[in-house]
Amino acid sequence: MPPVNTLSSLKCGSGAIVSALNTAGAMRRRLMDIGFAPGSPVRALFRSCSGDPVAYLIHDTVIALRSEDAASILIEAAAKP
Amino acid sequence: MGLTSSSVGAGAKNADGNLLKGENTRLIALAGNPNVGKSTLFNALTGMRQHTGNWPGKTVGSAYGTLRRGGQSWIFADIPGTYSLMARSAEEAVARDLLLFGEADAVVVVCDATCLRRNLNLALQILEICGNVIVCVNLLDEAERKGVSVDLEALSRILGVPVLGMSAGRGNGIDALLPALEQLRGTRPRSFCCGCEIERAIQPLTDYFDAYRPPLPPQWLAARVCEADPSLMESLHRHMGMDLDDEELCRARDAAMSSLGELGIDRQKLSDLSAQGISDSAGRICGQVVSKTPRGTAREGRIDRLLTHRVWGWAAMLMLLAGALWLTISGANYPSQLLSRGLFWIGDVLGAALTAIGLPARLVSLLCEGVYKTAAWVVAVMLPPMAIFFPLFTLMEDVGFLPRVAFNLDGFFKRCNACGKQSLTM
Repeated sequence: MPPVNTLSSLKCGSGAIVSALNTAGAMRRRLMDIGFAPGSPVRALFRSCSGDPVAYLIHDTVIALRSEDAASILIEAAAKP
Repeated sequence: MGLTSSSVGAGAKNADGNLLKGENTRLIALAGNPNVGKSTLFNALTGMRQHTGNWPGKTVGSAYGTLRRGGQSWIFADIPGTYSLMARSAEEAVARDLLLFGEADAVVVVCDATCLRRNLNLALQILEICGNVIVCVNLLDEAERKGVSVDLEALSRILGVPVLGMSAGRGNGIDALLPALEQLRGTRPRSFCCGCEIERAIQPLTDYFDAYRPPLPPQWLAARVCEADPSLMESLHRHMGMDLDDEELCRARDAAMSSLGELGIDRQKLSDLSAQGISDSAGRICGQVVSKTPRGTAREGRIDRLLTHRVWGWAAMLMLLAGALWLTISGANYPSQLLSRGLFWIGDVLGAALTAIGLPARLVSLLCEGVYKTAAWVVAVMLPPMAIFFPLFTLMEDVGFLPRVAFNLDGFFKRCNACGKQSLTM
């Protein structure tokens, strides 16, 4: 098994699947509501000028996440088409 | 018939809508995700000028507007945008409480056709608790530009409620809303998630609520009481007079929690399962009604990469902001001069006239040199920059430049516990 990857380690331009959320309470529910539910495909688009936050494409919406929030989202490799 | 100013009442109040509700009046709540055009629709319906803006939380309280058509009066409530009814912020709690306890006669859920899945997430949550729902799929023009099309009839069949297509910004489809509201006859809330096992486990609590004939679906209440979100529990207590320490309720809840425990489900897991259930339903429905033809978004992507590039991003941002500032300052000089010359000329004429009718020189000086000239100066200096800057600002907001500035600057704002959005206010 490869080590567990988080969304914050995803390189810009590549995609993955959300596998789990490693956070509780308000942030957890919020992330699910804006689309980061396990099983959702996600793609890292680009970094901001200062390197953080990063813009992600999730369910046709671009959402910027700070690295500490992205680090709480676990991902697995996207299935090969 | 269009919405002319004569058919539109201007009496909007930022107060409790029920106070305004008369005999033949129906209260309609407009709900939806942030930034899907709720306020645009609200303004078109009520003839009001609520500011529409591109940042979240713009509608903090709910605005109310009225519309009279024939013998029927309508009150529309523009509810703050929210992603979920499991509220996490003040404005979301306002939205949730209004939908749960606002006693609206109908709820119009406004959805963004370009990202229907996330919007359906909220729509399904609302359908679970509210009867008399109409779903408006807005921004169809933008969706078409992006190559996204939505099968409205299929969506209506799946959701079991009327679905209308709209491009509210252009005024398309708005006229269909009132007839649809008039024809609306009592649809019931329905459940979109919860597995059978969970339903069985929380049955004692469902039965408990059922006996009280609550204004909300008993099963929904039972699931929420097991999740025990403090803010929601407080609202249930305040608006429904629900007593969480009631002995019978506690017994039913303990029974439900222990059955859930046997299934390996605790509070967190239950909340997760309901969020996941709704999200999966939204995904499944979208798969059935949304079709996409990939269309060139490459240009937009290139611009985004430039505006957020480590070097060029800063340069582009500084240049554009400096350009806006320069246009405002130097562009305002000329109209400022014209204005001050014109206003001062009027002042001179006024002074001469006042002297001519025989006012004492001291009074004339006080009025003309003092009061009038000061006011004229302020107007001449302030008006032109504002008349240039605000439209420029709106333009930068509309083309999406300001959100990218906020995105770029968030890193710095974070260091003082603020967030990038605040750069726009500065």
